[in-house]
Amino acid sequence: MTGPLLVPLVGAADTLLEVARSPLGLLGVTLGGYQAGRWLQRRARDHAAVQPVLVAIVVAGLAITLLDVDYADYRSATELIAFWLGPATVALAIPLHSQADRLRGFVVPLLVAVALGAAVSITSAVFLARWLGAGETLEKTLSTKAATTPVAIGLTESLGGIPSLAAVFAISIGIFSAIVGPATLNLLRIRDRRARGLAMGAVSHGVGASRMLREHETEGAFAGLAMGLSALAISLLLPLLALWLF
Amino acid sequence: MILGLTWLIAFQLLGEVTVRLLDVAVPGPVVGMLYLFVFLRLRRPAADAPVVRAGSGLLRHLQLFFVPAGVGMVAYLGVLGDDWLPIAGAMVGSWFLGLVVVGWTAVGLERLLGQPRDDQPLEAR
Repeated sequence: MTGPLLVPLVGAADTLLEVARSPLGLLGVTLGGYQAGRWLQRRARDHAAVQPVLVAIVVAGLAITLLDVDYADYRSATELIAFWLGPATVALAIPLHSQADRLRGFVVPLLVAVALGAAVSITSAVFLARWLGAGETLEKTLSTKAATTPVAIGLTESLGGIPSLAAVFAISIGIFSAIVGPATLNLLRIRDRRARGLAMGAVSHGVGASRMLREHETEGAFAGLAMGLSALAISLLLPLLALWLF
Repeated sequence: MILGLTWLIAFQLLGEVTVRLLDVAVPGPVVGMLYLFVFLRLRRPAADAPVVRAGSGLLRHLQLFFVPAGVGMVAYLGVLGDDWLPIAGAMVGSWFLGLVVVGWTAVGLERLLGQPRDDQPLEAR
């Protein structure tokens, strides 16, 4: 029943939908979802289960599903946000600089632990996936999940996996780790803040580091360092391990 | 703010150039992080220097910058339905093994080398 009175209303609704689907609208939804996540985090008194990144992903994911926007369009609309991941990664040098005194006597344990961790992350992901019945493409895509997203994407591409899926895996495990990581470290009785940060950064890159930065500056600094070193270790080890694994 | 961001982007650019010249698989920002670290050690800028303020400001919202790539989950939810078990098993299993190996190796080697342990009481968390 589109009576003459409804025409301007329908027109207004169309205009609103158009604006919501525009790059500005999608940016607004993403930032709004993130702010909602921060608000929830404060309300929940920093409870580990409430990570703003997860809230924002759910809000933006629902929005593009309801608005019927392609993910590729959403991705290019929000490039303005994703861009800052680069400079923010560079900035991880700042907490590391203020914690540099704590590097003394920890350099050898740190390097050995990160190299071993990279080898274990890669091989265990591949073997577990194979044992549970995944195909080779999926095994390859899972092998890079401990690396920071640009590394995961690049390495998966050269292996013959699915690059955009590798990014999703890396971020998913990052969020999972941000939620349960610190509690798991307590269970494992790892109490040295440097080792805690190192372990988190090595298995869950920047997302894990963001959680540790909120916990303690030392933990955040070593998580950032571990993220960088693990990116290096995984990039160097994966091509070698791939000869044996696939 | 803009001056600090300019510094960060300059270090990222340096990192990108290095990575391309050396043709290594490491991302430019990670190399840029190493350059900024060396710069900070040498110059020791004050806590309110532009690059420190801009960088700390970005780090407070590190999680935000992962959202665009993370929303890709939505695009893959349907496709991944059949393979949920190997995906979840491999991700969580390998995450846990990695955490154990890195954490215990670092702590174990520290003790072996006789360095202080820098402990924190568990009750405090």
